[in-house]
Amino acid sequence: MTELRHRGAKDEEPTLEQQASEDKGSDSELKAEKDGMSDTESKPDTGVPEVPVPADDTPEVLNKALSGLSSRWKNWWVRGILTLAMISFFFLIIYLGPIVLMMIVLIVQIKCFQEIITIGYSVYHSYHLPWFRTLSWYFLLCVNYFFYGETVTDYFFTLVQREEPLRILSKYHRFISFALYLTGFCMFVLSLVKKHYRLQFYMFGWTHVTLLIVVTQSHLIIHNLFEGMIWFIVPISSVICNDIMAYMFGFFFGRTPLIKLSPKKTWEGFIGGLFATIVFCALLAYVMAGYRYFVCPVEFNNDLNSFQVDCEPSELFQLQDYALPSVLQSLTGWSTVKLYPFQIHSIALSSFASIVGPFGGFFASGFKRAFKIKDFANTIPGHGGIMDRFDCQYLMATFVNVYIASFIRGPNPTKVIQQLMALRTDQQLHIFNALKVHLIEKGLLPALEEIIA
Amino acid sequence: MTELRKRGAVPVPDSTDGDNISDKEAEGVDTEAECEGDKADTPDVPPSSADNTPECITKALEGLPPRWKNYVIRGILSMAMISGFFFIIYFGPITLILTVMTIQIKCFHEIITIGYRVYRSYELPWFRTLSWYFLICVNYFFYGETLADYFGALVQREEPLQFLSRYHRFISFALYLAGFCMFVLSLVKKHYRLQFYMFAWTHVTLLLVVTQSHLVIQNLFEGMIWFIVPISIVICNDIMAYLFGFFFGRTPLIKLSPKKTWEGFIGGFFSTVVFGFILAYLLSQVQYFVCPVGYNSESNSFTIECEPSSIFELQEYTLPTALHNILGWETVQLYPFQIHSIFLSSFGSLIGPFGGFFASGFKRAFKIKDFANTIPGHGGIMDRFDCQYLMATFVHVYIGSFIRGPNPSKVLQQLLLLQPEQQLSIFHNLHSHLRERGLLPPPQA
Repeated sequence: MTELRHRGAKDEEPTLEQQASEDKGSDSELKAEKDGMSDTESKPDTGVPEVPVPADDTPEVLNKALSGLSSRWKNWWVRGILTLAMISFFFLIIYLGPIVLMMIVLIVQIKCFQEIITIGYSVYHSYHLPWFRTLSWYFLLCVNYFFYGETVTDYFFTLVQREEPLRILSKYHRFISFALYLTGFCMFVLSLVKKHYRLQFYMFGWTHVTLLIVVTQSHLIIHNLFEGMIWFIVPISSVICNDIMAYMFGFFFGRTPLIKLSPKKTWEGFIGGLFATIVFCALLAYVMAGYRYFVCPVEFNNDLNSFQVDCEPSELFQLQDYALPSVLQSLTGWSTVKLYPFQIHSIALSSFASIVGPFGGFFASGFKRAFKIKDFANTIPGHGGIMDRFDCQYLMATFVNVYIASFIRGPNPTKVIQQLMALRTDQQLHIFNALKVHLIEKGLLPALEEIIA
Repeated sequence: MTELRKRGAVPVPDSTDGDNISDKEAEGVDTEAECEGDKADTPDVPPSSADNTPECITKALEGLPPRWKNYVIRGILSMAMISGFFFIIYFGPITLILTVMTIQIKCFHEIITIGYRVYRSYELPWFRTLSWYFLICVNYFFYGETLADYFGALVQREEPLQFLSRYHRFISFALYLAGFCMFVLSLVKKHYRLQFYMFAWTHVTLLLVVTQSHLVIQNLFEGMIWFIVPISIVICNDIMAYLFGFFFGRTPLIKLSPKKTWEGFIGGFFSTVVFGFILAYLLSQVQYFVCPVGYNSESNSFTIECEPSSIFELQEYTLPTALHNILGWETVQLYPFQIHSIFLSSFGSLIGPFGGFFASGFKRAFKIKDFANTIPGHGGIMDRFDCQYLMATFVHVYIGSFIRGPNPSKVLQQLLLLQPEQQLSIFHNLHSHLRERGLLPPPQA
């Protein structure tokens, strides 16, 4: 029990002395409420519990190196160093390939889930309901099992068909996932304890909303990744770039506040970030679209039993001529310009990241203000928790997934074949004839008689 | 503001009930403990115990003692609801879909009203708008997916529908995002926590109520029998468990619902299995119930006519020797669907009640007697439908896993969207596959 408290937030005892008036430790607050309230049933459900502020987590080595500077500069240096460390780490894992990326996404997802659930526990003082932690992690496992099963079935189709146990798991996948979820649901109902109903329902709701937000989005990221690593790298880079650029522009030119929720954001930062991000993304897209490693869908090669990222790049990633509008023509003296169509898409993606992405950040700021926490956790020194870094990414991941599905790719051919083979034979015949008619109309098939021959 | 309070339930100003504190009292206690404008987490919902029985029934039952009066009202309303159920089945699929939608909206409204009262968020007018807006978005998304699947031909004909259908997910997502951004912009300084709670409350309600109602509609499209039999099973289990508990009940089942007993539970289980078995036998013979609901593009109406699939055709089953000796029959003619109905009834009797316990726990957690007061003697719509939700999801997953394969029109639709080279390669694959199966004439020499 105590180890979970320590993992998310440091001891309350030191903070009690520091911030006695604002952030009370959960123990002292419980006592205050015992005196104040006579209604015994409402005791576990407190009014305005304060989440203890996490203590400083900076590694010793950094602390020593920066001991000379004043605390403000020290904070910036720590943030700067950690920013560079995270960006280098990002490049490293891109280099290492899709499997590593998937694992990193999974780890980030688990950490975000843990951070948010820990906040829930602190808010509702539900440490003494041990079932609840088990159930929350169990639900996380169920939902992940469901999503990974769907992804694995789609992309590793031939591998799955080969192995007998995998085939059965894949055929009845939804049923098995549902049964697992139901078990968790029944355990929840059986675990309801008389005086803590409301608490338990709150934690149930909290867990489900967290799963909805964190887990589904991380699976959308993995789907995007399989489309081609460029669909993973460019969106994430746009959001990071927008963060940094908006901060820089705000720092140098910032004057008009943007929104009451986040008083540090300014309109100048917002607009400057928008333009800078669009330019950055167009350049990044240009650089990346030339490499097959980034552009090709990730496929699993059954013979080699490994991932391969090799293909004929689709027309999105082939240079095309675009006629410049006459204004730009007179300015630059070029009549046409060679662009990748993907760069046009990247403009749409970066605009979204700069205009709508920050709303994810405001949502997280509002959340932190609502529950009076400064940061989600203290995992990254100077920056806060993983959730703090990834709050804008979630909307972006969903947007990219919807964008790809609507504007870029059609259905997945392997999946269509799969479904086709699962149909009854009369239905297959019917589809065969319809397809034949369609292809002949399009001129892709020679006339009827020649096929039968 | 006040009209919303009255719509759901009339709060009784002076309640004599022990553990229901009125608004003012709770407020008084809470303001001591906090220094902010944020309301407490433990407000008590004012009891919604005003009597909603129509005048005529009340007059007719004046003579009886209150306990009997309650039973008679419950009985009459049960009959009325069951007749209503038969009535709308008779009217056909469109009416059923409309009814499901109405019930869904009412359930959503009931749960959200409870949320407003719990968090006293009357004075945040944006919130009601946003909750209803999210409901519309999610419904739009689900109905669009269903319609695009089943009304493929109609959709392809009309140009605006075609556009809406092709970019459906994007449009739905954009609508949802607009709601999300409105929520963020509507955050008011002292009410952050309240607003986040209502946001989460709305989303969990949408998850539970709206997704399940769309699963019900998808089950309906498989064939009305997949809608009627599960719902009847749950209703039968409720009634049978109640009757068995009434006559034989002794051992309490679970602390959450003290009125439930093991005798009721087990008695209900066996009688529901038998009832489901018989009902399946009766309904499997009627094409109206058994055929998938199809949309006829020419006549612009729903047609329910087909060749019944193999699960609705009588087959011979050899009885195990034990039953063989008792009954003297060697084989018995059954519909395979009846075997499936045994599984459905078992689920409905064993796991379905957990949905009811969940709802009971919810009511206890928020100290409400009933979700609302729509149906006299029974409570709100949610009270009647709490066990149905798990059942609907189970039937949907069951059908998906064990009964039907993928939807052929959907597969064709997807095929036509692929790139021509992919279509060609699939065509050739399918060609050789069908030829192997002997469905196509072999290549002539």
